[in-house]
Amino acid sequence: MENNSPTAVSEKIPFWRDVRVLRVLFQVVFLLGVILLLAILYTNMLSGLRRLGLTLNLNFFQDEAGFGISEGISYDPSDTYLKAFWVGILNTLKVSIIGVVCATFIGLFFGIARLSSNWLIRTIAAAYVECFRNVPLLLQIVFWYTAVVAQLPNIRESLSLFGGAFINNRGVYLPSPEPTSSLTIWLWFLGAGLLLAVFLYVLRWRQLQRLDRPGFRAKWALPAFLIVALCGWFLTPGSPFTLDLPVLQGFNYQGGMSFSPEFSALLIGLSIYTSAFIAEVVRSGIQSVVKGQREAARAVGLKEGQTLRLVVLPQAVPIILPPLTSQYLNLAKNSSLAVAIGFPELLGIGRTMMLQTGQSIPVFAMIMVSYLVMSLTTSAAMNWYNRWITRIGR
Amino acid sequence: MEEQELTQEIKPPANTKGLGRWLKDNLFNTWYNTLLTCLALVFLFFALKGFLTWAFTEAEWDVIPANFRLFMVGSYPQEQIWRVWNAIYILSVLMGLSAGLWGGLVLRFAVALSGVWFISALLPVELSTRGWCLGAIAMIAVSFFLGRGRTSLRPWILGGWILSFPVIMVVLRGFGENGVLTSNWGGLLLTLILAVVGIVVSFPLGVFLALCRQSNLPAIRWVSTTYIETVRGVPLITILFMGNVLIPIFMPGLDINQVLRMMIGITFFSGAYMAENVRGGLQGIPRGQHEAAQAVGLNYVQTTLFIVLPQALRSVIPAIVGQFIALFKDTSLVSIIGLIDLLGVAKSVIANPDWLGLQAEVYLFAAVIYFVFCYAMSYASQDIETDLGVGKH
Repeated sequence: MENNSPTAVSEKIPFWRDVRVLRVLFQVVFLLGVILLLAILYTNMLSGLRRLGLTLNLNFFQDEAGFGISEGISYDPSDTYLKAFWVGILNTLKVSIIGVVCATFIGLFFGIARLSSNWLIRTIAAAYVECFRNVPLLLQIVFWYTAVVAQLPNIRESLSLFGGAFINNRGVYLPSPEPTSSLTIWLWFLGAGLLLAVFLYVLRWRQLQRLDRPGFRAKWALPAFLIVALCGWFLTPGSPFTLDLPVLQGFNYQGGMSFSPEFSALLIGLSIYTSAFIAEVVRSGIQSVVKGQREAARAVGLKEGQTLRLVVLPQAVPIILPPLTSQYLNLAKNSSLAVAIGFPELLGIGRTMMLQTGQSIPVFAMIMVSYLVMSLTTSAAMNWYNRWITRIGR
Repeated sequence: MEEQELTQEIKPPANTKGLGRWLKDNLFNTWYNTLLTCLALVFLFFALKGFLTWAFTEAEWDVIPANFRLFMVGSYPQEQIWRVWNAIYILSVLMGLSAGLWGGLVLRFAVALSGVWFISALLPVELSTRGWCLGAIAMIAVSFFLGRGRTSLRPWILGGWILSFPVIMVVLRGFGENGVLTSNWGGLLLTLILAVVGIVVSFPLGVFLALCRQSNLPAIRWVSTTYIETVRGVPLITILFMGNVLIPIFMPGLDINQVLRMMIGITFFSGAYMAENVRGGLQGIPRGQHEAAQAVGLNYVQTTLFIVLPQALRSVIPAIVGQFIALFKDTSLVSIIGLIDLLGVAKSVIANPDWLGLQAEVYLFAAVIYFVFCYAMSYASQDIETDLGVGKH
């Protein structure tokens, strides 16, 4: 045959029309474009730094910081920049963790209140959610700081709660428990109680399995543990803890725990703002469990509490958890708004470091990496918990 | 006898309607609800009493009218204020025409806006301001009657809205030294400009990033995913600081002013969140839709534009509007960087020695403005949802 057969021609596709080749080619061009862009930015950065007379190095982290930090773990201005940065990270973690706990409780309360059969309660909860959700968090934090916390009475006229806790415009002072030498004895009691509780829990679990009916597994374990702990408390010679009360000495309160006005304002702002979102998450999660499930549970004779624990929550929690996680992460990230009121957290300390050293690029990199690590670990942990809870729920 | 018993009339249950019945059903149906109602009433009484006493006897509201111009436009020069009013008039005409053409939600907003102008005109303001306010009402009313029923105009008006964005920017800025420098933009005006620019630019950016993340080309998917996850893991204020400090270092040749830097920061940040919302919608599109589109011979661009996106976007309207609201609130962060937006004005008013100690009044006023805009957006979102019948198809 002198002529090529038409089929042979159509089988051999030219490379510029071969989808497989085009895909690879397109991606290579795209990646080259991205690399080119980054390279341009990099050269720009070098020339920009040269203009400003700066060099990129990380040695300054070992230098003496020289600025004071008003709160956090023990730190001295003669410590290194790295230590100062670490103080900032810990302060961010502290306000985030306490904030998450507070926001969860307040949010749960208002989320459940929004589902109340009582019109008044429902309406108050809805008003709470709408008011705090639709006003910027920064405005709320600044409001709490300047219009509420700063307007509290001065030290001499502190508001006193039960004679042990004091609130004034310099902060909140609470009594703190101080461990004494007899704490170890009580800890032994606690350990014994825990062992007993585990034993009773397993016993009760087996019983419920044998009877093949739902029930409260910790029904025996919980009271047993509490009784042992309580008996231990009274049997221990001397009290395991003493209360360290804040006492007015000179111009300030000494002893106990104290929270600065900045911390208090930030915590109130973050907790209330986030709780409004958590309330919505909780409400929509519980509402997403169809009504028939509840009615069926009642029909087979489960009590109100059992219906909630065995039917509604196992279905609602997996729906609630992912948006709840993102609210927790938002709270942690929003704690950076503390720069507006001067609470020394990660970003605030980073900013001071930048102003002192001029090394903005490495400091920004450190800040971003810290936040990314926090976000990624939290979402990983919550994903793991989510998988665990969906597994036992099914 | 039996028959009579069967046909015996049963009285209807008494009192199924009326206030008493409603109270009994909704407030006093069980003993604990009665208790809760009483507790809530006591709480409400004291809270309201405290607030109203403060608001009417202690609070000094003079600070608001005295600084009203500052709250609205910041340090926008007095003799150039006509620029702002011209921008408002352009929007009023478009709003009136749209209200006439579409009715419904737009009409309700137009009426509300006219009400705001009317009340403003009644307040003790300068005569010229009063004139501008009444003019705005006239604009809305006239264009409403012009637009009513002329459905053929609809595409033109949509085009007009899109075109109005750059036009208004030019009107507000003017040209060169005779215009108003962006550093003089402030107050609510700046907040709204930042929010609108952020919304208008970050929406297409988000759609683009979401499509990239769903792409079946790994290189594009990775780059997009890295960008989205990095931005979402970092607080906005960090990105704004970086924009402020690093853009001049990375882009030495360009003279990018601070307002523009903030716009870039907000847009890049919001784009990543928008992408995740849109991705949720894209994942909800059944595979059959793509296959059907391919079967009738549509290419990738056509499939995306005409089949996938319209369905995906419709299903995530609540999430997208939620992101718009978040963006609007987030514009307040520029006050940390040093721009004088609504919150920035509030801070500067409080710092003024003439108005010391009025934090509560000033912040409450700013909060109410933010609240009105956010609430209007979420109201609109719910309305659009019911109109499009999201969740019913």
